[in-house]
Amino acid sequence: MTTLEIKNLAVSVGSSQILIDVTLTIKSGEVHAVMGPNGAGKSTLSAALMGKPGYVVTGGSVKLDGVDMLALPTWQRATAGLHLIMQYPTEIPGVMLQDAMSAALDARKRDTANLRSLIATEAKRISFDTELVDRAVNVDFSGGEKKRNETVQLAVLQPKIAILDELDSGLDIDALRDCAQRVEDATREMNLGVLVITHYSRLFEQLKPDFVHILTNGRIVKSAGPELADELEVTGYAAYSGK
Amino acid sequence: MSTLALPTADEEIWRYSRIGELQLDSFKLGKLSTKIDVSSAAKQIVCSTTNIVPRAATDIFEDLNGRHAQLTAITVAKNQVVAEPIVITHSLDESGIVAYSRLVIEANENSEVTVVERFVSSVDTNSLIVPVVDLRAAQSARVTYIAINELGAATWQIGYQQAVGQRDSTMKMFTVALGGDYARMRAEVRLEGQGANAQQVALYFADANQMHDFRTLQDHAAPRTHSNLLFKGAVKDTAKSVYTGLIRIRENATKSEAFQTNRNLTLSNGAWAESVPNLEIETNDVKCSHASTVGPIDEDQRFYLESRGIQPEIAERLVVLGFFDEVLNRLPALPFIAGLRERVSTKLLGAKS
Repeated sequence: MTTLEIKNLAVSVGSSQILIDVTLTIKSGEVHAVMGPNGAGKSTLSAALMGKPGYVVTGGSVKLDGVDMLALPTWQRATAGLHLIMQYPTEIPGVMLQDAMSAALDARKRDTANLRSLIATEAKRISFDTELVDRAVNVDFSGGEKKRNETVQLAVLQPKIAILDELDSGLDIDALRDCAQRVEDATREMNLGVLVITHYSRLFEQLKPDFVHILTNGRIVKSAGPELADELEVTGYAAYSGK
Repeated sequence: MSTLALPTADEEIWRYSRIGELQLDSFKLGKLSTKIDVSSAAKQIVCSTTNIVPRAATDIFEDLNGRHAQLTAITVAKNQVVAEPIVITHSLDESGIVAYSRLVIEANENSEVTVVERFVSSVDTNSLIVPVVDLRAAQSARVTYIAINELGAATWQIGYQQAVGQRDSTMKMFTVALGGDYARMRAEVRLEGQGANAQQVALYFADANQMHDFRTLQDHAAPRTHSNLLFKGAVKDTAKSVYTGLIRIRENATKSEAFQTNRNLTLSNGAWAESVPNLEIETNDVKCSHASTVGPIDEDQRFYLESRGIQPEIAERLVVLGFFDEVLNRLPALPFIAGLRERVSTKLLGAKS
């Protein structure tokens, strides 16, 4: 059982205080959705959790099973068990998925002998064209291919907690279904804990949230069960956006 | 002795160079040890005597090379295809020497040949090597030339390549520069015959106090000629690199295409790279482009790989090797190419090359 404990997190970017007070606890097997309007600080939350340069934590704590994540560099947060699926996955010219995953497994002291077949199996499972595995990471991929690629990496690396930053953006319905279903399966197969950051609820068809939190103006303003997502679908964020 | 004077960095073609540090008088004339690997079938096409076509030397180094050079001449007969690459290795292990090599490749009509020229010296060889290459591709000839600089970190190189292509010829000129203290190469292709095609591709990677210096010319002197240049370099520690390149399309070279790309990675704060592309176009109806970049590894690429759990130094190595693979993948599949990638990798990890 793994617990990611985010307590009173405050984050600034440049001279702006984007996150003011975010408290969330995510346990293995749970799916937490953080929903909010544009500009609420959703992507800042995912970037800060992973330690992206430029995102300065000005208060609060982030602990994975009691280990202070904020004290670790990005790569050690990942080997400790955090994984970020990016909203806009970066193109890495010349770097093959196989080589990147091999280096990532080496860092975890995991065996790489079966990596190629593991990638092939996972790619097949979400209909990711296996030819793309032998191309540079994300280079000239469509939006759907990029997210499938991200999902394959998640499955290969087997983190404890996954952060999905707007997994649904730029995705056609097929890719969305495949990726969301794969993450949902992972919550059962590998007891993955998930933090889903999203504007819309359309990926909840496959990936069922256990908890829904509303983030507006840098704060979690309401937390409830999955019924909150249905309510938001009807009423929108207006009722929660007031200062 | 030459009647020509040593150039200075005030001359445009020597701008940014370290020519001011050179004391040519302090080196005595010496010899490279040269080994030639050639299949027995092609042995007779290599010799050490030929007439160097007399021409006015463009500078003192070319002039001195014309007077003192150790010559290797490769003459490929009309329609002859040399299946195995010819590999020439020059080595120098003595300090205080200036040595001149001259390679003449004469590819007659519709012939084909691949020549690799390697320059090797020991790590403490404080000497100067002045290589000159004359490559002439007759009509429809196909020539691939690969220069590999694996010189020691105290050795200087001041080199010059001149490649001239006739009608429908194809010339591929590759350079891999990893060694040398100050290593300079002026690389010129002239497309004299209609439909002639030239590719120039280079990988250079300098660390510690090394400096790599490239001056390129793509000279289009006939219609429908095509040239494509891709030079990719990296500098680390306090190393420096210079790339200046000119595309010249002469008045009669209509419907020609010329492309020039130079990309540089600066891997340390103290490293420095300069990139100066130039176009000189005297006619319309041509297609030309040039692109040049100098900068550190992209922050987002670094973050992406680190977010997968990859250590920063490994992430950097992946990105740099990926950057260079675009060049390495264009090289002909020869046994030592994999070794070159390994040497780049070793250099990234900080080991002395």
